[in-house]
Formats: sequence, C-alpha cells, structure tokens
Amino acid sequence: MQGVPLFAYIALALFMFTVGTVGVIIRRNPIVIFMCVELMLNAVNLTFLAFARYMPAMALQHNAAQRAQSQMAGQMMVIFVMAVAAAEVAVGLGIIMAIYRLRENIDIDELNLLKG
Amino acid sequence: MFDFSPPLIDWMTIAPLIAVALTGLIALMVEVMMPKRTNGGIIGVSLVGLAVAGGLLINNLSMPNSETFSGMALRDHFGTLLQLLLVVTCGLSILFSEGYLREKRIPFGEFYPLLLWSTMGAMIMCMTRNLLMLFLGVEVLSISLYVLAGMSRSEERSEESAMKYFLLGAFASAFLLFGISFVYGATGTLQLASISEAWTSGGISSQALLLFGFGLIMVGLSFKSGFVPFHQWTPDVYQGAPTNVTAFMAVGSKVAAIAAVWRVFEGFQIMSDYWIPIMSWVAILTMSVGNLIALLQKDVKRILGYSSIAHAGYILVAILAHYKNPQAVGFNTVFYYLLSYALMTLGSFAVISLTAHSGREGTMLSDLNGMWKRAPFAAASLIVFMASLVGIPPTSGFVGKFLIFSDALQAGLTPLAMVLAVNSIISVYYYVGIAHATVVAEEKRPGKSGRPTFGLNSTCLLCTVGVFGAAIFYSPLMNFLQGR
Amino acid sequence: MQGTYLGLLFLIVIAAIVCGAMVTLSWLLGPKKKTPYKEAPYECGVTPVGDARERFPIKFYLVAILFILFDIEVVFLWSWMTAFKKADTNFMVFSFFELLGYMATWVVGYVYALHVGAIDWDETTSLAPEKLGKKHNADEQKENVA
Repeated sequence: MQGVPLFAYIALALFMFTVGTVGVIIRRNPIVIFMCVELMLNAVNLTFLAFARYMPAMALQHNAAQRAQSQMAGQMMVIFVMAVAAAEVAVGLGIIMAIYRLRENIDIDELNLLKG
Repeated sequence: MFDFSPPLIDWMTIAPLIAVALTGLIALMVEVMMPKRTNGGIIGVSLVGLAVAGGLLINNLSMPNSETFSGMALRDHFGTLLQLLLVVTCGLSILFSEGYLREKRIPFGEFYPLLLWSTMGAMIMCMTRNLLMLFLGVEVLSISLYVLAGMSRSEERSEESAMKYFLLGAFASAFLLFGISFVYGATGTLQLASISEAWTSGGISSQALLLFGFGLIMVGLSFKSGFVPFHQWTPDVYQGAPTNVTAFMAVGSKVAAIAAVWRVFEGFQIMSDYWIPIMSWVAILTMSVGNLIALLQKDVKRILGYSSIAHAGYILVAILAHYKNPQAVGFNTVFYYLLSYALMTLGSFAVISLTAHSGREGTMLSDLNGMWKRAPFAAASLIVFMASLVGIPPTSGFVGKFLIFSDALQAGLTPLAMVLAVNSIISVYYYVGIAHATVVAEEKRPGKSGRPTFGLNSTCLLCTVGVFGAAIFYSPLMNFLQGR
Repeated sequence: MQGTYLGLLFLIVIAAIVCGAMVTLSWLLGPKKKTPYKEAPYECGVTPVGDARERFPIKFYLVAILFILFDIEVVFLWSWMTAFKKADTNFMVFSFFELLGYMATWVVGYVYALHVGAIDWDETTSLAPEKLGKKHNADEQKENVA
C-alpha cells in the first residue's frame, strides 16, 4: 500500500497518548489537565482510524461485506468517542465553573480538603 | 445504492433499559412543568418506572439467552440478574434520598433523572459483550455521577470530589479506549467474542496487540472498580460527595464495573495464563491496602470507601476462582457477594446520611455518637450492616465470604484464600469502631441530626431484611441463581 | 513510496532552519535598547489598556458548554445524511423514525436548558424554597427565632 505506513500512525498515536498522560500527571491547572485528556482521546481516535483503514486483522475477515462492516466499526467508534468527549467537556467545564464561583481559584494543589 | 432490510430486533432485551431511560426523561419533564413543588411527584414517577423495569427484567429471566442489535445487546442470566440488582439499588437510594437532600438544603429535582440515567449506564455495562457498548455504558454511568458528586454546589468538598472524580474518570476512560483500539486492531471487530479467534489464528503481532490492549483496558476498569494501584480517588470522592450519591456510587458503579471486568475476562479467557497471576497480585494488594489504610481513618465515609476497596478485592478473588477453574466454580458466588455487598453498603450509607442537619453535615466517627438515642431503628440496622460487613453469621456477609473462600480453595488459589481470611480479621477493628461510635460512645455535646424519614426507615428495613434473608434462604436463592 | 513525502520533509526542515536562523540571528546581532514602549505587549498596534488578566463573565462558559453539546449532535446527523443520500426507500423510512427518536431527546434537553434559564444572560437560577417542603420551612423559622 502506498503512503504513510500503519506503523507511523500507531507511533504517532502512542506519542500523543504518552504526552497526554505525562501532562495529566504533571500539570496543575484542571483545564490544562483536561486538554491533556482530550489529547489522549485524539490519540485513540487516530489509532481507530488507522486500524480501520489498514485492517491488520485482514485474515479474520472472510469476504468483502465483513471487511466493510469491520471498517465501519472503527469509524463508528470514533464518532462516539467524539460525542462522549464533548459531553465530558460540558460536565467538566460545569464543575470547574462551580469551583471557580466558590473560591475564585482552580489550582489543583489547593484542592486539598479531602485527605486522611 | 445499497439494499437495506430493517433489522430484526428483540425489543424485550433492551426494554428494561428503555424503561429506565424514559422514566428519567419523564421525571425531568415533571421537574420542568412543576419547578415549584416538592419532589414527591418525581420520586413517584421514578419508583413506578423502576418497578416497571424490574418487572420486565424478571420477565426476561425466564427467556432464553440471545443477542440482538448485531451482538451489541445480550440477554443472559448473569447480566439480567445484575441489572435487577442495579434497579433495586437505584430504588433503595431514591427512597432515602429526599429526606437527606432536604436536610442538606439541596433537594434539586434533577437528582432523580440523573440517578436513573446513571443506573441506565450501569445496566448497559451488564448487558453487553461489545466494547463500544461497554464504553458507552461506562460513560453514561460516570458522566451522570460526576454531576451528582458536585451536586452540593455551595460546599467546597463536594465540588472538590466532583473535580477529582471527573479528572481521574476521564483519564481512566482514555486508557480504556486506547486498550479497546488495540483490541480492535487485532480482531477487526468490537466484539469480545472474536478475541480467541484472533489470538489463535493471528500472528505474534496480533497477540502483542491483544496483550497490550488487555493491559490498558484493565487499567481503565481498575480505576472504575477501585482496584489497587488505581484506588486513590475512591476515599476522597466518597468523602466529599453527598452521602446518598456516595451510596449509589459505592454500589451501582462497583456492580457495573465488576460486571464489565467479568465480561472482559470472559473475552480474554484464552490468554488466562498471562493475566491470572497478575490479577491475583492485584487482588492481594487490593484486599490488604484497603483494609490496612481503613484502620487509620477517622471519617466514616472514608472508612467505608476503603472498605469498598477491600470488598472489590474479595470479589476479584471470586472472579479469578471462576476463570481459574470455570467448570467447578460458577458466577453464583460473584452475584451473591455483590447482592450482599449492595445491601449492607447501601444500608450503612443510608444510616450515615442521618448526620446531616440544617444544611450541615459531619461525617466523623464522633458525629455518630448518640445516634442510638436519636434514631434507634436506624442505629440498630447499622449494627446489622457492620456485622454483615465483618462477616458474622447469620448474615449474608458471612455466607458471601465463606463462598468466596471455598471457591478459591476449590480453584487452587489457596494463597488468595489465606489473604482473604487474614483481611477479614483485620477488618473487624474498624467496623467495630463504627458500631462503637454509634451505640457505646457518649456524645460530648447534645448533637443534632436529621429525623429518620419514612423513606430512610424503609431503606434500612429492606436492607436488613435482605441481609438476613439472603443468608437464611440461601439454598432457594442459589437454586434461583442457577435458573432452576 | 517513501519518495513521495521526501519533499515535504525537506520543506519542514528548511522552514525550521530559516525561521530559527531569523529569530536567533536578529537576537544575537541586533542592538538592544529597552524602552517602556518596546516592553509593552503588542496588541495590534494599539496602546494596551487595562490588565491583561481581565476576567471574563462566567456566563461565557455556560454558553460555550451548551454550544459544545448542541454542536456535537451534528456528528451523528452528518454520518446519517451521507448514507441517506444514496440509500433505498426502506432505509430512508426506517432511519427517519430512528432519527425522530434521536432528535426528540435533544429537544427535551433544549426545553430543559431553556427552562432553567441557562441562556438568559442576567438570570441566575436558584432552588425554589417550595422544594424543601412545608414542615422543614417551619423548622427553619423556629430555629431562626430561637
């Protein structure tokens, strides 16, 4: 197949996922943390689309209809991931707003009431 | 141009799900139409809807196993029983919520629809072997719970718990999804059933993809079910969230996550040589860490949070026993333990919610002092729940632990059984601590606490009856579970 | 073919070198005279006014949240429409009713959002006191008196 190999997409997705994970762990601003989670979800979407396009599991699909169905499954998943990510953003921003209303500050390190 | 014939759909499989979802919508519409009334109407609608869903589920129990929606929705005995448990859980949480919410001064009508939709997400997780549906179930369950955890808008710790739950939950879903994407790459479908074929006929590369994918999926699900080392959010979120939300979170979300773990293990059974040793260590750590840290806590909700981690570990032992030796050990133990866990945990949180009074709430052990005088029935049932959590006969907690113990021995997981026994003994200390604070310890200053409402008393009564009933009518229940 | 993308790689490398060189060399070789005017942030050539960390009204976020939700609904409509254009009558009829169900849930959500005043700029919603029930209100008054 011509063009960018599957390996390149997977490598890029792994890189994006790692950057997102590290970002979630080291950043302190909840909005930035959430942007990192979004980056991870985009890595997931990229993986799904790359797999749907290149179909490494070709041997398991016996005919054209099955292949089409298989391809569709990956693309469908991407749409659902996007929709769910939007719902999460909405709820997340709502929670951040609620905290901001209470204390005019959203630094994660200062959210330390709950411990023990 | 393509030919299309409308698919044949077995609507009965998803009828309970539709019932719960529609009930949520109707309850929301009731709130929109009558914003200036008490929540009585909404509660009525919700309970009726849940009863309908429960009836449909009981009807489904006697029907043969089937898959519909191209394998996305599944009807089997295990899934239907767990859905029934979830519907009951939701109903019991609704029963005691209103009094608590009024004492907290947060009786938002939106609570009930959100709780119903959360239940719907949990039900989806129990009734599917499709990874897309599993993901959607996780998200529907979690997104509603994020909102519910932050429902007490003027209370900083509620918002903090919502924020922690939300960030870690989204992080965990990303792991779950990344795992699903690798499984999709190896199998070309989103069905868990196709994994074994991919494992045997695929080459080394697809085996590597499957192992990697399984690892990531388990990281995601471990977050959701609170397995060590991904348990840290549990006590924080349990402590901060409103107590009735915590009750549902501790039960509904755990039941659904355990169901998902069960289904995923089922799909990956062919690779069980790889994951059983690792998950055994996870179980040992989960039981021990949960119990040991609980010893140091002073806050009742945190203690129960750590105890729920420990119980997740016990259930994991039961699951591993099944997959180690599928012929000898069935799903009965897992279901029985989840049932008993649901009743005793929900009951305990219901009683603890009594500490809320006039918008304030204290959840330290000392806030329980004097409960014996103010609400004798609730305090007495709290003692029963603690006895059951410890595992004292004749409660269902004892039978459940005994079943797990014997299953683990039967499957050859002797070390796990030993760790379980030791942990049950450790856990006596902090459960007795809660009972002591409720009954024995004198209150220093005359405490205020909410009056137990009719709903709360009925939740306590139903849970107590369930805790004893499940132990006394053990053999009829087991026959029922096995579908006889 | 790897050759197809070689040109692109060269373009990226050359662009990086040229940009890097321009910035670095002007920083190394250029004269450095600091004036308050130069230190000021660049706002399209206009003299900056006010504090850079000005706060946005939090209502903007609320509108943004609603926008995200009602925006993403189109993702599903778009994929449905793509199939709809070339489909047979069976599919058109069947999916039309499915779509009605889908849109109905959005309408319910929209009605709810309108009802709670999420897009009213000035209104803030709060809990109706009736929600607490009569008995509790009476309790509260007694407590306040005492």
